[in-house]
Amino acid sequence: MGLSESFFAQKFGISSTDLERYLAEALSRGGDYADLYFEYVSTSSLGLEESILKSATQGVTLGVGVRVITGERTGYAYSDDLGSEKIMQAARVAACISSGPASIVKTPLESTGKRDLYPILTSPNEASLMERVALVRRADECARSADPRVFQVQVSYADQLKHVLVAASDGTISFDRQPLARMNVSVLAREGEGVPQNGYHGGGGRVELSWFQKEHPPEYFAKEAVRQALVQLEAVDAPAGETTVVLGPGWPGILLHEAVGHGLEADFNRKGVSAFSNRIGQLVASPLCTIVDDGTIANRRGSLNVDDEGSPTQSNVLIENGILRGYLTDKLSAKVTGGKSTGSGRRESYQAIPMPRMTNTFMLAGESDPDEIVRSVKKGVYCTTFGGGQVDITSGNFVFSASESYLIEDGKITKPLRGATLIGNGPEAMRHVSMVGNDLKLDEGVGVCGKEGQSVPVGVGIPTIKIDKMTVGGTA
Amino acid sequence: MSANLEEMTSEVVKRALGLGASDAECTASEGAEFSVSVRKGEVEKLKEAGSKAIGLRVLIGQKQGSAYTSDLSKEGLEQMVKAAVELAHITSEDPHAGLPDPSELGKIDGDLGLFFEETALVPTDQKIDYAKRAEAAAMAADERIFNSEGAGFGSYAGQRVFANSRGFVGSYRSSTCSLSATPVAKLGEAMERDYWYSMARQFSRLESPEYIGKKAAGRALRRLGARKVDTQKAPIIFDTTVAGSLLDHIFEAASGDSIYRKSSFLVDKLGQTVASDKLTLVDDATLPATFGACPFDDEGVPSRRTSILEKGVLKNYLLNTYTARKLGMKTTGNASRGLCGAPSISHGNLLLEPGELTQEEIFKKVGRGLFVTELIGFGVNMVTGDYSRGAAGLWIEGGEPAFPVSEITIAGNLNQMLMDIAYVGNDLEFRGSVNSPTLVIGEMTISGQ
Repeated sequence: MGLSESFFAQKFGISSTDLERYLAEALSRGGDYADLYFEYVSTSSLGLEESILKSATQGVTLGVGVRVITGERTGYAYSDDLGSEKIMQAARVAACISSGPASIVKTPLESTGKRDLYPILTSPNEASLMERVALVRRADECARSADPRVFQVQVSYADQLKHVLVAASDGTISFDRQPLARMNVSVLAREGEGVPQNGYHGGGGRVELSWFQKEHPPEYFAKEAVRQALVQLEAVDAPAGETTVVLGPGWPGILLHEAVGHGLEADFNRKGVSAFSNRIGQLVASPLCTIVDDGTIANRRGSLNVDDEGSPTQSNVLIENGILRGYLTDKLSAKVTGGKSTGSGRRESYQAIPMPRMTNTFMLAGESDPDEIVRSVKKGVYCTTFGGGQVDITSGNFVFSASESYLIEDGKITKPLRGATLIGNGPEAMRHVSMVGNDLKLDEGVGVCGKEGQSVPVGVGIPTIKIDKMTVGGTA
Repeated sequence: MSANLEEMTSEVVKRALGLGASDAECTASEGAEFSVSVRKGEVEKLKEAGSKAIGLRVLIGQKQGSAYTSDLSKEGLEQMVKAAVELAHITSEDPHAGLPDPSELGKIDGDLGLFFEETALVPTDQKIDYAKRAEAAAMAADERIFNSEGAGFGSYAGQRVFANSRGFVGSYRSSTCSLSATPVAKLGEAMERDYWYSMARQFSRLESPEYIGKKAAGRALRRLGARKVDTQKAPIIFDTTVAGSLLDHIFEAASGDSIYRKSSFLVDKLGQTVASDKLTLVDDATLPATFGACPFDDEGVPSRRTSILEKGVLKNYLLNTYTARKLGMKTTGNASRGLCGAPSISHGNLLLEPGELTQEEIFKKVGRGLFVTELIGFGVNMVTGDYSRGAAGLWIEGGEPAFPVSEITIAGNLNQMLMDIAYVGNDLEFRGSVNSPTLVIGEMTISGQ
């Protein structure tokens, strides 16, 4: 696709002459690099509760961010008005980070490779509203009829379509159309007049509406949410202290996101403030662990054709057989450390400065049979579902909260446990991985990662793994 | 500018009625943000920009729809109004949906002191200088401070406008600025970082850059050499910087949304003793120049002071119009909304009444236990009250700090934790919209080694 066929050219009449003029203004006081990030997002969401469709919302946000980099300094400004004078003004503000003679913009702007990881004819956003209403109603009905102990059901469905255009003084120009959809079901169940317990499940990705109609119908999410709530009704207090932990496949990959991923983002490492700084080539995990961050998997929530700096995303090996291979870089950190961008420059919106971020982070499958992994544990905890997690990248300490877990006694999964937080130290916990299953699974598409106030969609994945020693924060 | 945006919201409301809405409310915000971060004495990032956006909620009878846009052109606004009205047609009749009664609308008289021109007028050079000085003070504090994640200055000045079809139009301006520093300390191979910050509506009320830098360095240094402790039950002392999170949990549990959904451990407990008699908690959005103050809530209802806990007894839920009607009560003026969707609930200033003891006296009284200075993770279940979070802090032995602790969790259940408050400190300070003195919980489970 050329600029002239792009969304921004068609809707707002933006031409390559305009882009070159804005970039020239951004570099009018010097600087090594400048870029423009145009964004137009249309969103829609539905909320159903007490079987009443209570809310329906649509929205539009648009704007452009202008960035100038000089040395390690970044100047940034944005405008929510795409008028030429407003963009020139933003470019002048961003330019103030530098002071010297003007730098040159490389022309002509050339489009970076063509790829389509989410080839969608009709994004959910463009499909009929009534079809989406039908989906949330189906989830509600299914959850309510699944079990008489269910007394409260909330269903939400949200989707968006984001058009982006990135143009940079290094000659890059890229366009993308990024759909994203997600359905959530949360339920409350109780036994008689007992304490209620909640269950939650959701999923989605860069997919068409048919994904929710065929592959992952609303009933799938509803039944899973109900199942989780019912499991919690039987739960006993989780143990307190160090124990062996087995993580089930899929969403528990959040461990990798917290324990490893953030610590390998290059902005922390070029500053030497991560527990993983200056450790490339060293053994930082059990040799059973190979961990990748891959932004190129079709239709995944964390995937992108190009990152938010116009660089194509890649499959990046972070840790190979336990040895640290590389960091996740954006253009700035690549320039400072003398490498190439790994396609990891992401931002929340046109109002935000890009940073190195993860896409889909997972561990490759190993050789062990998952049942054999559980059988090998005399006493421990088996976790299959998690809420959120957090990490202090400097000390390496991380937590994540198990929302569905079970006791393992003599090699058997026994009682369900109440929610508990697990805590560990990144490099140390990864050294304690003693078995890796052959059942790699990616999560179902609900991940949101926050860093310095910016949220972006991500994915995680993991096979069943055994960690010999971790601290479980229960009360028993 | 102010008049423009007020006119625009009123116009949008009128247009919505014209397209068939029976009621409508429109909110708009505009603001200018500035932020600079410095690292190792050099500017690292500098951002400056302004933005505007508008949101609309309409009702057709008791069906509602909403829309928002940052495209304030005539076409953009028209598209928004049409979308909201169209969406209202597809939603269900909700018997409790609706705007506040006209008699409930209004605003606090007089100037609440939320906006200070001086904050908007601080020259860029001075903001950069402040950040540089805070970082330099942190770096100079001790030779074990070997690196920095930088220091930052941020400021925001903006305006919020609200209009509805029952005759309310109102707006207010606000300003904030903040300064923070995040130094990194090292002992052998182990690194620890910590931070300190100050936030103010008025630039001249910020803590000095030197104080912030030095305090941040002290906080990073005292973490060096941190270790796990044994798994055990012990008293937990929440420092003022983390005690507020417990107030947040009480707020969330007492919010009308959680109550009518029965997703709160405080459901059906109005009038009952739910906490120690040492706890008296209010929500007060009327205190001038504070972070949680505003003249009216996001439905146009005047802000007020509401008692949540009085000597441990649950006195009130915090409500907006919808949740009040669901529960057969009156709104407490706690409606909150972004630009889109129906109002949710937020607090003004959450304030816990202070006790008599200083933090040192509390250490002495407790004798042996954990002093928590940081909490991480999200392990709090509001339905059951189950609580399990990552923690770091100092071990207290013989009534004094003995050594730093990290990589542990503390766990319990909020129902019991609130009943088990042993001491409340006298050190209440206004640092944000949630403010608590030091709090001690008699016993929780520590998971360590």
